[in-house]
Amino acid sequence: MAQSVKLNVNGKPVAVKADDRDMPLLYALRDGLHLHGPRFGCGLGQCGACTVHIDGKAVRSCITPLSKLTANQKIVTLEGLGTPEKPHPVQKAFIDAQAAQCGYCINGMIMESAAFLARNKKPTDAEIKQALANNLCRCGTHVRIVDAVKRAARTA
Amino acid sequence: MLHIHPSRRAVLKGGGALIVSFSLAGADAFAQGAAAKSVALTDVDAFLAIDPKGVVTVYSGKVDLGTGVTTALRQIVADELDVPLAKVDLVQGDTALTPDQGITWGSLTIQSGGMQLRQAAATARNALLDEAAKRLNAGKAELVVEDGLIRAKTGKAKVSYAELIGGKNFALKLDEKAPVKNPSDFKLVGKPVPRVDIPDKMTGRFTYMQDFRVPGMLHGRVVRPPAIGATLQSVDEGSVKDIPGVVQVVREGNFLGVAAESEWAAIKAARQIKATWSSWDGLPDQSKLWEHVRGTKVVKDEPTSNVGDTAAAMAQGAKKLAATYDFAIHTHGSIGPSCAVAEFKDGKLTAWSASQATHMLRKQLAQMFGLPPENVRAVYLEGSGCYGRNGHEDAVGDAALLAKATGRPVRVQWMRADEHGWDPKGPPTLIDLRAALDASGSVTAWESEFFIPQAAGGFAVPLVAASLAGMPHDTVIAPGNIFNNSAIPYKFANIKTVCHRLETTPFRPSWIRTPGRMQNTYANECFMDELAAAANADALEFRLKYLNDKRGIELLDRLAALAKWEKRPSPQKASGNVVKGRGISYVKYELVRTYVGAVAEVEVDRASGQIRVTRFYVAHDCGQIINPDGLRNQIDGNVLQTVSRTLKEEVTFDRSKVTSVDWESYPILTFPEMPEIVVELIDRPTEKPWGAGEPTASIVPSAISNAVFDATGVRLRSIPYTPKKVKAALA
Repeated sequence: MAQSVKLNVNGKPVAVKADDRDMPLLYALRDGLHLHGPRFGCGLGQCGACTVHIDGKAVRSCITPLSKLTANQKIVTLEGLGTPEKPHPVQKAFIDAQAAQCGYCINGMIMESAAFLARNKKPTDAEIKQALANNLCRCGTHVRIVDAVKRAARTA
Repeated sequence: MLHIHPSRRAVLKGGGALIVSFSLAGADAFAQGAAAKSVALTDVDAFLAIDPKGVVTVYSGKVDLGTGVTTALRQIVADELDVPLAKVDLVQGDTALTPDQGITWGSLTIQSGGMQLRQAAATARNALLDEAAKRLNAGKAELVVEDGLIRAKTGKAKVSYAELIGGKNFALKLDEKAPVKNPSDFKLVGKPVPRVDIPDKMTGRFTYMQDFRVPGMLHGRVVRPPAIGATLQSVDEGSVKDIPGVVQVVREGNFLGVAAESEWAAIKAARQIKATWSSWDGLPDQSKLWEHVRGTKVVKDEPTSNVGDTAAAMAQGAKKLAATYDFAIHTHGSIGPSCAVAEFKDGKLTAWSASQATHMLRKQLAQMFGLPPENVRAVYLEGSGCYGRNGHEDAVGDAALLAKATGRPVRVQWMRADEHGWDPKGPPTLIDLRAALDASGSVTAWESEFFIPQAAGGFAVPLVAASLAGMPHDTVIAPGNIFNNSAIPYKFANIKTVCHRLETTPFRPSWIRTPGRMQNTYANECFMDELAAAANADALEFRLKYLNDKRGIELLDRLAALAKWEKRPSPQKASGNVVKGRGISYVKYELVRTYVGAVAEVEVDRASGQIRVTRFYVAHDCGQIINPDGLRNQIDGNVLQTVSRTLKEEVTFDRSKVTSVDWESYPILTFPEMPEIVVELIDRPTEKPWGAGEPTASIVPSAISNAVFDATGVRLRSIPYTPKKVKAALA
């Protein structure tokens, strides 16, 4: 039976239809709420393309079932972080650094970095690389991504 | 002469807007007379339109695979027409709207596609100036254009492109002789213009292929055989009946798929469905892969260069060297698995995908479903980077088959294991090299043999769905132009290079970034380093001794300065557990275009066998640079991706299937492992622009290999350089 699951996404209470509460959050966000930020990459929590914030923590939405979530938890996606007109400082740094090739992985890079910079304001290069160690980029944009995170740290 | 016709169709009015509207709504893609637009390579209208507001729409058959070319192509056209970048729109890879400029591959988008666009824009500008001269009653030579407004240098009267042509067809043949802009007048070309797509991609506003939806659409998932050649014996359709939303189980030959109202239901059904398959174990034993390759029947020998008499020179050599190199099977490894949406309506098929070859895909789909090609429309939407022919086209075949069976539009996205397991692979490459030196250490003969799959019958890599379902398709082996760079840029007196084209290769092959050129250059440039070491010569000087190419020599000189290259033979006599080395490599891509040289600096941990690439220097000459920032981004990507391929990547398999089906079993380079990259661009504004998407990658494996030799004195000849192999070599 289709159930209505209550969530708080990008600052708004929403209801998502789901037949199965084992369904990962990713599908609720993409198919139920038509968000484009979180992306399917592996479904295994290995690549990071699906990353969202839950109560400020970077979480892999592809392996987070709806059953583990409550309506009070604040879920933020790339769209909730900022817009092209009013980007979040990390998004702005990625735009300024032109830190994308195909850009498919970048959701994860920005969400992971934003959560990381919130708890480590002045990271070293090695700390940035370690923070992103489980986020995969295939195009090879690593140099610019690290540069973007450093820019964001400087301007935050 | 400009023939201004009244607007024949609405299609040119909206330009890109029309496409966006039906793409997003998923309405009837064949409606609105889109077929009326010319896609002929000889017509200016095929490439360009100017609407009543003066907005220029570029129709590009070459597509943006994540390289930023939608910005670079806009720069070329905007500069040629003297319009601001913001007034240039771009439509890419739509068989109904864009000309067939060939597959987006081989580092040809700027070099070939961009130059066709430049010539179309120059033709248009020339004709618009003719017309303006009449309207303004001025000499054509007196006219200047600013922001799409034409005026005489002296007069005040102006006429805009929009007034001259807005919304109408040019009806002009592309003029190869139409004068193009003098490079000294470029305003946008050569500048680091920010990419137009990046703000939307950084904020979740961009619609990737994977985000695309059409009304009434079902979600499909495929159920691939557990062994590549297995036969589907039975399917228990009842095994997925309990999943709400499952609409249909589709079985066609050995093709099995499910379609459901929701994506999660389709995923669950594909996991849960009970099917029985025959066993199949037709793959070679991976531990004996290279014996298998060497033992595969050769169907054709292709000499790629033959100078002098190598046999005689080899016989007289004072010192002879021989080595065998191998390069593992690689997967494309797109971060977003392949995805497509297909819809049948009134006997016509529309397919949205991130295919790098929509025109070729259209023919394959027409063949598969027995449709005339004009009843198939293939539309490109940007997806996850593909780095060659990955699974995007196959996902289209899957979606179309499911759409045909269910009578509804179907979206298929592959799961991770589908992508790693079923994308076509970069074939295993085996290379034998031999050379002779005279008593003074000069090279007198060079011989090489490349064992690579045949490539007869074109480039249409068979679609998985067509193969499994037994639907019409050409059973070709299409690995791409992998013979390239088997010949060498060095001027030895006696050279013989031969490609042995093999009848088969273990997996369905295709091209992966720098196909063949990477493997072949790897062997050539490592062996060149072996010869330098045998001659006790500096590796850079040794190369220069055999080059008579001015641009190549200048490039290597600038690379040496950039990397502060210390002239000495390799290896250096280093001691300690972690030893450092540097290696050099050089290529003239396909021997006719882009020059690249690189120096790799590495650290080798003798105890663990771990290689760390600490720094990469690259000197790059691709002629006229369109966008230096985009170019640097591409060079970085070439280096990073190829360091990954060199050190870590190898498709693993048992006798039935690929076993490296996720990122744990097929690891790629991570952030803590990334090298520093130092790039010097050599801009030559008055030369032709050449490609940059691949050339740098071709010299990365050899630069690393040569650096490891410099550090350790041990020559690694088998990619990837995993710690296990390195430890064994050092033992």
